[in-house]
Amino acid sequence: MTFSTAMTSLILKSSFAIGVVTFVSLFVLLAIWLERKVAGHMQDRLGPMETGGWHGWSQTIADAIKLLIKEDIIPDAADKPLFKLAPYIVFAGTMASFAVIPFAAMLIGADLNIGVYYLVAVSSLVVIGILMAGWSSNNKWALYGSMRSAAQMVSYEIPIGLSLLVPIMLAGSLSMGDLVGLQEGGMHHWTIFSHLPFALIAFVIYFWASLAETNRTPFDLPEAESELVAGYHVEYSGMRFAMFFLAEYCNMFVVAAVATALFLGGWYAPIPFLDGPDVGANSSMLTQILSNGIGFFWFTFKATMLVLVQMWLRWTLPRLRVDQLMHICWKVFLPFSFVNVLLVSLWIALRK
Amino acid sequence: MPLTIEDVATRLSTQLNISLSLEPNSPAPLIIIPADLLRDASKFLRDDDALRFESLNCITGVERAGAYEIVITLYSATIPLMLNLKVKATGEDPAIPSVTDIWPAADWHEREVFDMFGIRFEGHYDHRRILCADDWEGFPLRKDYQPPLFFHNIPVTVNVPGGLQIPLTRIAK
Amino acid sequence: MTTRDVDLPVGLTPEKWYEAVDAIESVHGEKMVLQMGPQHPATHGVLRLELETDGELIVKATPHIGYLHRCFEKVCENMTWPQVVPYTDRLDYCGSMNNNLGYVLGAEKLFSIEVSERVQTIRVLVCEMNRIASHLVAVGTYGLDIGAWTPFLFLFQAREHILDLFDELCGGRLLYNYIWIGGLSHDLPDGWLKKVRKFIPYFEPRIPELNSLLSYNKIFVERLANVAVIPADLAIRYGVTGPNLRGAGVAWDLRKAEPYSGYETYEFEIPVGRGEVGTVGDCFDRYIVRVNEMVQSIRIIEQALDRLEKMEKDDVQAAIPKTFAKVPIGELYFRTEATKGELGFYIISDGKQKPNRLKCRAPSFCALSVIPEVSPGLLIADMVALIGSLDVVLGEVDR
Repeated sequence: MTFSTAMTSLILKSSFAIGVVTFVSLFVLLAIWLERKVAGHMQDRLGPMETGGWHGWSQTIADAIKLLIKEDIIPDAADKPLFKLAPYIVFAGTMASFAVIPFAAMLIGADLNIGVYYLVAVSSLVVIGILMAGWSSNNKWALYGSMRSAAQMVSYEIPIGLSLLVPIMLAGSLSMGDLVGLQEGGMHHWTIFSHLPFALIAFVIYFWASLAETNRTPFDLPEAESELVAGYHVEYSGMRFAMFFLAEYCNMFVVAAVATALFLGGWYAPIPFLDGPDVGANSSMLTQILSNGIGFFWFTFKATMLVLVQMWLRWTLPRLRVDQLMHICWKVFLPFSFVNVLLVSLWIALRK
Repeated sequence: MPLTIEDVATRLSTQLNISLSLEPNSPAPLIIIPADLLRDASKFLRDDDALRFESLNCITGVERAGAYEIVITLYSATIPLMLNLKVKATGEDPAIPSVTDIWPAADWHEREVFDMFGIRFEGHYDHRRILCADDWEGFPLRKDYQPPLFFHNIPVTVNVPGGLQIPLTRIAK
Repeated sequence: MTTRDVDLPVGLTPEKWYEAVDAIESVHGEKMVLQMGPQHPATHGVLRLELETDGELIVKATPHIGYLHRCFEKVCENMTWPQVVPYTDRLDYCGSMNNNLGYVLGAEKLFSIEVSERVQTIRVLVCEMNRIASHLVAVGTYGLDIGAWTPFLFLFQAREHILDLFDELCGGRLLYNYIWIGGLSHDLPDGWLKKVRKFIPYFEPRIPELNSLLSYNKIFVERLANVAVIPADLAIRYGVTGPNLRGAGVAWDLRKAEPYSGYETYEFEIPVGRGEVGTVGDCFDRYIVRVNEMVQSIRIIEQALDRLEKMEKDDVQAAIPKTFAKVPIGELYFRTEATKGELGFYIISDGKQKPNRLKCRAPSFCALSVIPEVSPGLLIADMVALIGSLDVVLGEVDR
């Protein structure tokens, strides 16, 4: 590899990384605004209407600026290095997941051959950050929140892993690009519909478990407002709190993106007619951009729809109790996903 | 024919073998019970099959001309009848036997009377102040009570003629 | 069987096993004291609970109250008889009309004042509207405690209608000072009854909506069924009254048992807890009793409206005494069914302009005293459910 190609690749990679970070920040801004609007309309009110003019579109930006210029309070009794480090770990863990998210055929940060494995591994980093935050705050409520969170996330990673195993086994690959590539050609080729009922069961389990993974209602026990005040981030303020917030919304998008890539056809449109033009080795730059742009649109559209479902659930359902949460994980999701995996492997073996 | 307060008083006086006085001149007559017989009377009122005063509704502390008394309001759904027992406490350090073990509801009511009037309840298992701070001085509902000017260096209130209380901060300057 | 006498696996000596058990038990035995409140979203005000916890399990709970204490009773001793009424507003600030009524009826009985039938009917009407408003807060915030946000805002919308009606009636949205000794502060504004009429068809569909959105939601039911059971005998021993007692299956309502203000002439039922989803007297029963009570209050409101529409307008202040300088001497305990339960006033008059003593027996005060008895063995999340289901208002507990 010559120096110039290496430089080009580096520039491309870093511009992609910057692009992803920009996209994520914009998405979070949008998602928080959307959450407020969704909540507002579900509750028969309007949500933010003033800031910025049209339907309060800049409310989140104003909030972000407010959080940025707020005083950064660190409790006296806190374990300061850990306290300062925790939000970054949580944030880094979430952001690292974006490296393998396949936005479009050519818009994958790194199409690793162990893509899904990497994703599951990296997202576990968040638990460490949350435990750190809870412990270092030196606050009993924060400790409760982080303990709950650790227990919940560690438990729910098992059903998540098992249900992700289903599309992986069906595709025979861990690479995100391969997993999506196999689902080309309309809705009936999407994993969720092409391998009924196994993939559908896996999808449902994955979706519910991912709600627990992202600490969203009805599994929002770690930050249960009315029980633990705010859980692990109760002592955080200003930008450090914003980091947690940012990570939570990024995480929502990550789990939705994984569901989209593995089950819902990734960047492919529901009908092949709506896909971008085919891209070959000698396609022009314009075709490539057009194709990937359309793919990107479909991918974000589907993922955003899933995020909307998460919001919808949050504003509808009450919260579970700790024992019920664990009960659902170990006694419902886990056996179901195990049996599901077994049946899928049996089916694959029979098909051959 | 349901029992009346007079009937209850008669039964009670036979049981305790003393003469009980009813306080007249009141829309709801009261039975006055000596403090040392309160626990016996309470047990009888609660356990007697015809009476069954099972719920204690309220305990009111009263100060009359420097003397302290409490009024225990009982209710029996069996008769049905509402009954007020008046118990007088005497002396500098007024004390009345506790009825918490007979009616658990009395627990917090007794603590409140102690908090407000300084009437001690002998035999109460958790004899603490309830509404005021644990280290508050004085008993607010006594007629001669003077609120402190400061509590842990926090300005409280001052009394001005006319009985009004004004926050100290407003007239400090 | 304890952890000590078990069949030991091969290769494990009893000494080693006991050592391990001791180590586990020493950790297990450590209790963490958790201060829940005074600033905590689930304590409905400024209640502090000292929880001794073993993990998430509560071993012991001690309520500490008094953070809102303002010595209401002492203040009343310095106020003339009618001046006390606005202070009763502040007791249970969700059910101010009922507080006014409790004190006013007590005073009227002491002073032998009779009010006209129309005044009585208006009092019943506003009290029942206020009961609905109070139960809407109770039910809505309960959903909030369990984690459901949306029903809370739906219910507050309905409550807003009632508050607007009260605003038009007496100028206050929360603290009314409407019911006076011997009458009312204002007569009904023109067209007000029609607006109340319109409120009924608006409100009635809200109850089935609430039931489908929250009450019989699977998660909600799971959270409440069999949690923090207060059986009838325990409730009676601790002086728990109102919806909390009815939730334990006791059909006890002072509006029926000792009717006042003409309640005996209205048709309504007493909803009781039946253990629909769990044990009688669990959190769900206490919750659903409140929901059903709102339906009954609507019935009473309809009847009161029917009567008021037929009645001739009269002077609602006709029976108010010209002066309170000289009043009858006496003392009595008077109780009414307020929104939270039995609201009693022990009133002592020594014939002067001001009460000699005014004791308020607050229903929430007694309901709260049952917490140490019920809480051992609950989870922290159950504790939130318990406090919410008791529907305590700290303004009334601390007085």
